[in-house]
Parts: sequence; C-alpha cells; structure tokens
Amino acid sequence: MTAAPPVLEVRGITKRFPGVLANDNINLTLRKGQVLGLLGENGAGKSTLMNMIYGLYTPDEGEILVNGEPVTITGSKDAIELGIGMVHQHFQLVDVLTVTENVMLGNESVSGPFLRRDRARREIEGLSSEYGLDVDPDALISDLPVGIQQRVEIIKALYRHADILILDEPTAVLTPQETRGLFKIMRTLLDKGVSIIFISHKLKEVLEICDDVVVLRRGAVAGHADPKESTEASLASLMVGRDVILEVEKAEATPGDEILNVVNLHVHDDRGLPAVEGVGFGLQRGEILGVAGVQGNGQTELVEALTGMRSVADGHIFIKGEELTGASPRKVTEQGVGHVPEDRQRDGLVSSFTVMHNLVLCTYYQDAFSHSIVVDDRAIADNARELVEQYDVRPPIINNIASGLSGGNQQKVIVAREFSRDVELLIASQPTRGLDVGSIEFIHRQIVGMRDAGAGILLVSSELDEVLSLADRVAVMFEGEIIDILPIQDADRDTVGLRMAGVREQSPMAGET
Amino acid sequence: MSAAIKPKSTRRPSVKVTRKRIIAFLLILLGVFIFIEAGTLDSELITTLTFESTSRGEVPTVGNIPVSTSPYLLVIGILFIVSGGLNLFEFSEARPRRISLALLVLCGLLFIPTVIIAAAAGNETNLTTIVAESLRLATPLAIGAFAGIWCERAGVVNIAIEGMMLFAACFGFTTLFFLRGTALPLETAQLLAVIIAVLAGGLIALLHGWLSITFRTDQIVSGTVINILAVGVTSFVRREYLLSTEAGAAKLGNFAIPILSDLPVIGEAIFTNQPIFFLMFVMLAVTHIVMFYTRWGLRTRAVGEHPHAADTLGINVNRTRWINVCLSGMIAGLAGAWFSLEATGSFNDGMTRGAGFIALAAMIFGKWTPIGAFGAALLFGFSDSLGIRLQMVGVGFPVQFLQMVPYAVTLVVLAGFIGRASPPKAVGQPYVKE
Repeated sequence: MTAAPPVLEVRGITKRFPGVLANDNINLTLRKGQVLGLLGENGAGKSTLMNMIYGLYTPDEGEILVNGEPVTITGSKDAIELGIGMVHQHFQLVDVLTVTENVMLGNESVSGPFLRRDRARREIEGLSSEYGLDVDPDALISDLPVGIQQRVEIIKALYRHADILILDEPTAVLTPQETRGLFKIMRTLLDKGVSIIFISHKLKEVLEICDDVVVLRRGAVAGHADPKESTEASLASLMVGRDVILEVEKAEATPGDEILNVVNLHVHDDRGLPAVEGVGFGLQRGEILGVAGVQGNGQTELVEALTGMRSVADGHIFIKGEELTGASPRKVTEQGVGHVPEDRQRDGLVSSFTVMHNLVLCTYYQDAFSHSIVVDDRAIADNARELVEQYDVRPPIINNIASGLSGGNQQKVIVAREFSRDVELLIASQPTRGLDVGSIEFIHRQIVGMRDAGAGILLVSSELDEVLSLADRVAVMFEGEIIDILPIQDADRDTVGLRMAGVREQSPMAGET
Repeated sequence: MSAAIKPKSTRRPSVKVTRKRIIAFLLILLGVFIFIEAGTLDSELITTLTFESTSRGEVPTVGNIPVSTSPYLLVIGILFIVSGGLNLFEFSEARPRRISLALLVLCGLLFIPTVIIAAAAGNETNLTTIVAESLRLATPLAIGAFAGIWCERAGVVNIAIEGMMLFAACFGFTTLFFLRGTALPLETAQLLAVIIAVLAGGLIALLHGWLSITFRTDQIVSGTVINILAVGVTSFVRREYLLSTEAGAAKLGNFAIPILSDLPVIGEAIFTNQPIFFLMFVMLAVTHIVMFYTRWGLRTRAVGEHPHAADTLGINVNRTRWINVCLSGMIAGLAGAWFSLEATGSFNDGMTRGAGFIALAAMIFGKWTPIGAFGAALLFGFSDSLGIRLQMVGVGFPVQFLQMVPYAVTLVVLAGFIGRASPPKAVGQPYVKE
C-alpha cells in the first residue's frame, strides 16, 4: 500500500437497532485517491455504516475523522459540508424534475428567490465534460436509463464539491457495459484526487477496481484483503464465513419432451412499438435455456408475454402442448409455470403485505390455504415458517412487511414462493440480481436441482457469467430477435459477446480468423 | 417445431376497445343527438350573440353576431359525427392521423359556443355577461384550488379547504360585524376583516399540520375532522353572536384598474371589479412563479415527490411541509372571505356549499398546476353562470342537464387526451426520518 494520507477514518463505530447489533466496533481507513472496497452479504451492515458516515444515522459509539480531524455528523448537510457525497443504492432522484433541478436541489444557484437554472446548467456541463459523464442537463430523470441516472447522482456529489464519494452497490442495477463505463468514470475521479468507498458484493468487480478491501460479516469487520493477493474464492469465504463454491456443479443435461414452444412471437412495448419481433424457440424438460443479451433488447417483453402479463401482438405460445397465447397469468401459473420477475418491487411482491402473505400470492385461493371464501392464516403461517427457514430469509420473522426487507431477502421470498410450488416450467428473469454470493450459490443450486428433477428452465439474465455457468443452451437476443441459439460447448464469452452486440453468424465465405 | 403449427405472418385483425374509440363513439352519439335536435328547430330561428357592457346601456353595444341556429347545429352535428367516425376507425396506434386529432380538438373548442347557442335558441344572449359571471363565480374555486396546490405539491393532502373557507368566511364576517359599530372607516374595517379571514384560514391549517405532520395522523382523517369542526363552530358563532344582524354588512367595493378599465365592454365587465376577484389573478401568477421559478418552489416539489431524496440533500422535509400547509390555509382563507365579504356581505350556515371540494376537483383537473387549475375553475364557473342564465331565459328542458354538459365534455376530453392525472408521488404519506 502506498502511504497516501487518510481522508476518512472510522474508529470503533457501533450502532444498535432494537434487537439488532447492526455495526459492532468497526474500523476502516480511506486514503486519498484510492478506492476502498466494502464487501459483505445482504444485511452485513454495509449500508448502515455508510448511512452513519453520511449523517442519516447517528452512531451509538465511536468516532469519525475527516482529514485527520474528529467530526460530528448529525445530518446529511454536515456530511455535504465535509465533502462527503453518497450515491445511494436506490437513487435519490426526483423523477419529474430535470437533471439540472435535481443536481441543484438543496444547493440552488439563485438570484434573490429566483432559480438560476442557466448557471447551474453551465456548471453541470463543465463537470460533465471534465469527468467524461456525458449527461444532458435538461433531460427529465424519468426519461433516463439507470446508468445515466447514476451519473446524475455522481454529478450531484461533485456539484457539492465532494472529494469523498460513497457508492452503495452502484453496479447492482447496471448492465456489464454500463459497469465498464462506471469504472472509467471512477478512474477519472481518482485521477482528480477523489477518494471512493465502493460497496458491492460482486467479487470480480471489487478485485478489479479496489485498492483495499474490508469485509464485513454480521455487523463486524471480518477481515482486510489486498486485492492483489486475493482471489474471488478467498474473498467469498471471508464474506460468508465458510468456503463457497463459485462454480456451479452440474451434470450433463438429459432433455426430455418439449414443455415450451414459442412460434413467431411478436410483442409490443409500453409505447406500442415492436419489442419482440418474430421470436421462436423450443424448451425441453430437464434443460436450462439461457437468454443472454444487453438489457432492453426485448427480454422483458418476451418474459411478460410468456407469463401472461403482456398481450401478444402475433404468434403462438404452447406450454405442455396446450396453446396459452394471451392466457391470464393465473392460467399460466396453474399450468405449473413459475416466474421470478425482473422487477421484484413491481411484479414480484406486494410490498405492503407481510412475508407470509407474499409467500402465497399465487396459491392463496387453493384448498391448502383457504376454505371456501375464508383464507386460512394458520396454514399460511405454517407454510411461511417452513419456507423462511429453508430459504434463509433474514430476519426470519414471517409477519414482517415485505418492503422492510433488504433487496436480497425480498428476492429470497420470491424465489421461495416460486420454487416451492410444483413447477414444471420455470421462467426466471435476473433471479440473482442484487444477491450476495452465498445466496447466489443457493439459488443456482436450486435451479440446477429443478432441472435435474425434470423441469424446463428459461433463464433470462444480463449477467453473462450467470448464463454461461448455468445454461445448457444459450439464446442471444438482439433488437427483439433471437439471433442465435448455441449449445453451451460453443458458447464462449467472445462468441456470445459478439452476438450480444448484434454481430450475426459469419458466412463461411468470410473465412476463418 | 412441429409441422402442425404454421407461423402466421398476418396480424390478427382485432379491434381493441381503446379510450379513444369510446370517446369517438360518444362523439358520434352526441353528433346524432345534435343533428336530430337541430332538425326539430324552426329553420328561421336566429340566435344573436351580443357583446354588451354589463351596466345598463351606457356603453354602446360593440357588435352583434346573428347565428342561424338550425343550420349551425346541423353543421356541428355533422362535424361531430365525421370526427367521431374518423377517430373510431383509427388503426395505427403509434402514429395517429393528424386530421382526426385536429378535428377532435376543434369539436372540443366549438362545444361551449354550441351549448350557448343551442340553449339560447332564438333569443339574444350576452356573451360578455357570461364571461364576466363565469370569472366571478370561478374566484373562490380558483383560489381554493391554488390553496390545494400549495399544500399537495409539498406532499400533504388538504381536503380541509372547505372547512378552512368556512372558518374564514365566518370569522372575517364576524370581524366586520363587530367593527361596524366603531369609528373605523368602512374600508379599513373591511381590510381588517379580510386579514382576519386569511389568518383564520392559516390558524386552522396549523391544526391540520399539527395532526398530519407532527402526529402523522392520516391526512384525510385530519382534513375531515376540520371540515366537521368548521360546520359546528361557525354555526355556533352565527347563532350566538351574528343572529341579531339584519341586512348584513356592505360588500367589498369595486376597484377600477387604471387604463384597462377604459377599454370598451370588458373594461367595465372585467377590469372594474372587487378586490378578491383581482387577487385571484395575482395568486395565479404568484403560485405559478413560486412553484416553478423559485428555490422554494423547487424544494416544495421535491418534498412532495420524493421527500427522502430532499432529506439526503439537507432539506428539512417537515419544516417545508409546515410552511406550505400554513400558506395553503391562508390562501383558502382568502377564498373563504370571498363568500361572506365580497359576494354577499353576510354569513350563513354552510355558505361555502362544497366549493372547497369543487376547488380540489379543479386542482386535480388542472393536474396540480396553477394554470390548469385556473382553467378548470373557469369551466366550473362557466357551468354555474350558464345555469343561472338559462334559468332566467327559461328553456324547455331541465337546466341541470345543460349545466352538466360542460363537465361531461371536459371529463371526456381529459380522459381521452390529457390522460391520467398523476398527483405528487409522496402526497398523503407522512415523512418519517429513520
């Protein structure tokens, strides 16, 4: 480690919530112009710690030093004044306002009571070109993709002259391309003397970008690691507290009869424009068909059409030989189809319901859970207790409101609900988004287990690694079409990457290169 | 892929029931109705639209437009049927034909004149009076709607506007009533009465803020409490202290805006008017400018949309809400003063007659924007004034039906074209800091 001066030190920080010790005597040091990685499972206390540095919580014990001086931070205002900026996991942007308005909010450039949007806009344009952020200051936030929204968050911090930047799981919502863009921006920031705390549970990224890594486990520091001398496996075991198998172990697939057949499917997006254009494929029992592709190439609409959530413009969907084109989601569900939706907050859960009720969203009306018109809460609770235990939902309290759970645990609730039914066809969209390695390992094993038990699995993921490690065949979607379906043996990163970028199979005439 | 399943290349010819098609259908029905109605009229019938000053004939009539009623209505009927038909058979959803859209807008614009002409069939009808009356009757609705905007843009539902108005109307009038006997000149007493009314509204808003912000009571419940309280308290005050009043007090006097009031016709009909009427326009400008061009407005909107984001930037969410709720109450107080001090010069039980709720409807109609809300309030005002006129003229069928028409049309137009109104996202949710 080079001996750059520390800009931020945390000494002996402890924070208790009712019944939980969220942070236990934590120490860490961030040095100037470096990236400190903060690793930990869902609920290990990373966000709590960062919220204390940013003034959203107050620590019970311990102290925080900025540039060697002890400081008290009682609100985000103090943190901003100390040059600390934070990009939250859930972006703190007002959708209906423009980029400029969001950036200047709370720190407006004004003359008298009136806003000077022009001045702020010029400043944003300056920051934008200085750090290679490329953001249109007049765009509405709701029109921007998440990757750009994240840049707006970074501009917000820079606009307030932040030289300590906390990025809370910044890559969880990004496509691989966007992640690369973010890393480029981070390197520019480092060159200009900004120091960064990078929170993640993607080991590969942490190893790539960080200068130093602190691993949290159950609220305490589990250890330090030097990225140069660590491997993904060593970080994973430090994080989970046991050895983790990162490679998915699976036997050769033994495909059975066809369970899903899609013929010339056309689907429109929300604006009525074609999103899926003539997709056709078959899926057999006992195999995993991975759908790779950069997000926004029609995967979302394809999955929604298959599960009955979006109307089909043209074409046919056959499940177990029966035509289910345009069937209602319940009809589809009752055919033994499980669905892990891409957007868990919107389509996966009723966030104001309890965990136990969320666990029976597609079965509550069946005899097991209701008698004529009355639901049987006792049976529902028994079911929930079992699943919460089996799927390790934390905290394991079945009466918790779903919105109170962390993202990873919300995902576990969905997975528990869908996997515990008699599923013959599983349609899983980004099933491990936002999960830590321990949970990913668990879910991957479940998926393979279901395959081996004879279910057909359609796995849609923008994580290429996930597709390549699980799938038996890989379909690549590009601009609403499946441009190639490769057996896993032929699907190496480069080939699939090229297809994802829209490069079709080369004709034999092109020769070999 | 099994051979039995042949990929079909043709799109399924399905006619979807869209919002637009429903509107088009209604439009055709309406067109047919107008067409038939026009056929039953005497073809010699002429409706004259006049533009007279409201005062009795001192200013000469500027112009008369004679409209031959029956042919006009026939043309309108056909126009409606044609544009309805065009829109009904519109198949490309992504790119609507421009002509059918233009026709639809034209129908919307022509609607109100059509109602007037049809209603007045064969008589003279004074457009100036209708416009001036619409504006006058819109005053409490528009100001009430602005009050709602101030509050809801900051994320606090204010269904207590009705109650705030009633309190203000009562206490404003009570002030004037007791100051009447003193040596104070009338204008000063009236000014004080209006100020008290405004403060009364603000005071009630404190209760709303206290319940809904400090104690995080459900904002609807808190508003309802205030509405019920207002009815009880004000009628108690009237019975205890005001019942001895005979004729009531003098209304607020007219002002003439220099230069503008010298204009022909509208100078007298619009620019010579009472103070709260003018304050409506002031409030329109102030609300619009503050909400969209100032720091306070930006923070208010941020707090109403995403309070947590505002909080992370060091904005005090609850303080912002408190101030907005109080301002909202004061604006509602001004609207209340209109009833007792400007319109009637007296106070009656429940004299606001649901205007606070109509104001809220205007706010929603106007999509939480001051200009939109003002337009909606005007429409409601127009409907009221139309009812009054028609009752005076005396038409063959129930006045209420014609009165209903502008609302119905607006509903259809709004539902079809402007789409769903989306309130500030955090409205109704108390903000809890961790």
